[in-house]
Amino acid sequence: MENLINIFIKSIFIENMVFAYFLGMCSFLAVSKSVKTAAGLGIAVIFVLGITVPVDYLLENYILKDGALAWMGPQFADIDLSFLSFIMFIAVIASMVQLVEMVVEKFAPVLYTQLGIFLPLIAVNCAILGGSLFMQQKAFLNIGEATTYGLGSGIGWFLAIVGIAAIREKIQYSNVPAPLRGLGITFIVTGLMGLAFMGFMGIKL
Amino acid sequence: MKALRNFFEKTKPYVQKGAKYHWLHSTHDGFFTLFFVQKDTSESGTHIHDYSDLKRTMSIVVLSLVPAILFGMYNTGLQHYKAIGELASTGFFEIFLYGLLKVIPVIAVSYIVGLGIEFAFAQMRGHDVNEGFLVSGILIPLVMPIETPLWMIAVATAFAVIFGKEVFGGTGMNIWNPALIARAFLFFAYPAHMSGDSVWIPLDGAAKLVDGFSGATPLADAAAGNINFSIADAFFGFIPGSIGETSTLAILLGAILLIVTGIGSWKIMVSVAGGGLFMGVLLNIFAVNPFMELPFWQHLILGGFAFGAVFMATDPVSATQTEKGKWIYGFLIGVIAILFRVLNPAYPEGMMLAILLMNTFAPLVDHYIVQSNIKRRLKRAGVSA
Repeated sequence: MENLINIFIKSIFIENMVFAYFLGMCSFLAVSKSVKTAAGLGIAVIFVLGITVPVDYLLENYILKDGALAWMGPQFADIDLSFLSFIMFIAVIASMVQLVEMVVEKFAPVLYTQLGIFLPLIAVNCAILGGSLFMQQKAFLNIGEATTYGLGSGIGWFLAIVGIAAIREKIQYSNVPAPLRGLGITFIVTGLMGLAFMGFMGIKL
Repeated sequence: MKALRNFFEKTKPYVQKGAKYHWLHSTHDGFFTLFFVQKDTSESGTHIHDYSDLKRTMSIVVLSLVPAILFGMYNTGLQHYKAIGELASTGFFEIFLYGLLKVIPVIAVSYIVGLGIEFAFAQMRGHDVNEGFLVSGILIPLVMPIETPLWMIAVATAFAVIFGKEVFGGTGMNIWNPALIARAFLFFAYPAHMSGDSVWIPLDGAAKLVDGFSGATPLADAAAGNINFSIADAFFGFIPGSIGETSTLAILLGAILLIVTGIGSWKIMVSVAGGGLFMGVLLNIFAVNPFMELPFWQHLILGGFAFGAVFMATDPVSATQTEKGKWIYGFLIGVIAILFRVLNPAYPEGMMLAILLMNTFAPLVDHYIVQSNIKRRLKRAGVSA
């Protein structure tokens, strides 16, 4: 249990997808104009990460990893399919995103139109694939850890995007120099947010 | 005074709109209002001019910092003579003079660089010179270790003023506290000069030091599990540390002035202390090392906690704007500051990073509080949103 809490806190704050790895920047910058839309996209990302990471964990451990097919019989014990991991992970992510898209379109049509192209684009959001690849690299012991990691990373990303969305709503009233308006100031804000998040680096859990 | 006034009045036509030196008008206004009260009135519409404008507000904050500045100067000298073992033979004024000569250049560099950039931006963008930097410019030296090289202070001030403030449009529009950005910038860019045991006490290459001299701050010692400081010293401030942060007493004097004049928010100060105490108690309960066992209330008098709570967290621009939000904002600062301080071995001084982090989320806290107010009122009015 303690282990799960550690993974959870670590994935939200210390290894924050946006501020520690700078993953998922495109939608982070593009869909952060209002808190409401940002929160919608953030929840979608939590959902997709929370499902794809454990599913990919199962794929990784029972199909792809070197010797993972041993459960099918001794003749499969030395097969290594890990070269397929990218394509398999992407396929899982893409199908999950399709699911999310259908759910959002049915139950929150307003959000669906607001998110526009960025909802299907979650499929190529590097934070999502990053989540699965970090899962592979960290070699979690069981599916519980992988799920916690997926949810934690999603929540970290959610916090980052609603945080910057609130800041961007606030600086609409600021007198930002004309050449910096829009994306320019957003990049600066992202950098300074990263500076504020540096406090978490080095915490040992 | 008369000559000065004549000068300003005489030069005024030259900086009016359309005149040759119009681009200098904000510099002219800035200095004019510094020396004299303006008798200008608005030309159109109805305006309400409060007697307490930005310039007076900032002056009060600077005034409330005076005890901390003076004590910081004295303490700088005190630590120096203590380290070289000549404290007994040195008089009060000699100690103070030593500190004064050490601190004045730091303050001067911060003001010259910061105000220089501020004036340049005001000229280029054609807005008025604001007084916001009066406070930031004094806060920056106060949160630096005394041995920070002056060029570093210049670089950090420039970074903070340009990227922390001017890119957002100047005073009142920034998201983060510029003084903290300067500190954090130096902290991550030149860590060797911002922490450790050789930056807190000026030695001037003294040949012999007293036995058992360490040079580390009590906070850093405590983080290393070696807790030996006297509570009275930590409260009155006779300990090594950043220039202005050591004396909790001097900071409290400032806090009283800020609260009485209504310029600093007492809600934020109280809730920061509350959050710190809460986290301290929690860590006491689950203590596994000597630093976690440190009595919870002693966190308030160590390091920059008091300074941050009184002068940094209450910055009205970067803090939350809603009243309910101030409680949440302050409490989280206290909790996170102690959390960083105790759990993060890399940064025993967590206050600065905790405030920066909550500056980041202050607009979000405000957003949700405003939304919930809107919802509640709509409900009360019987309108469905």
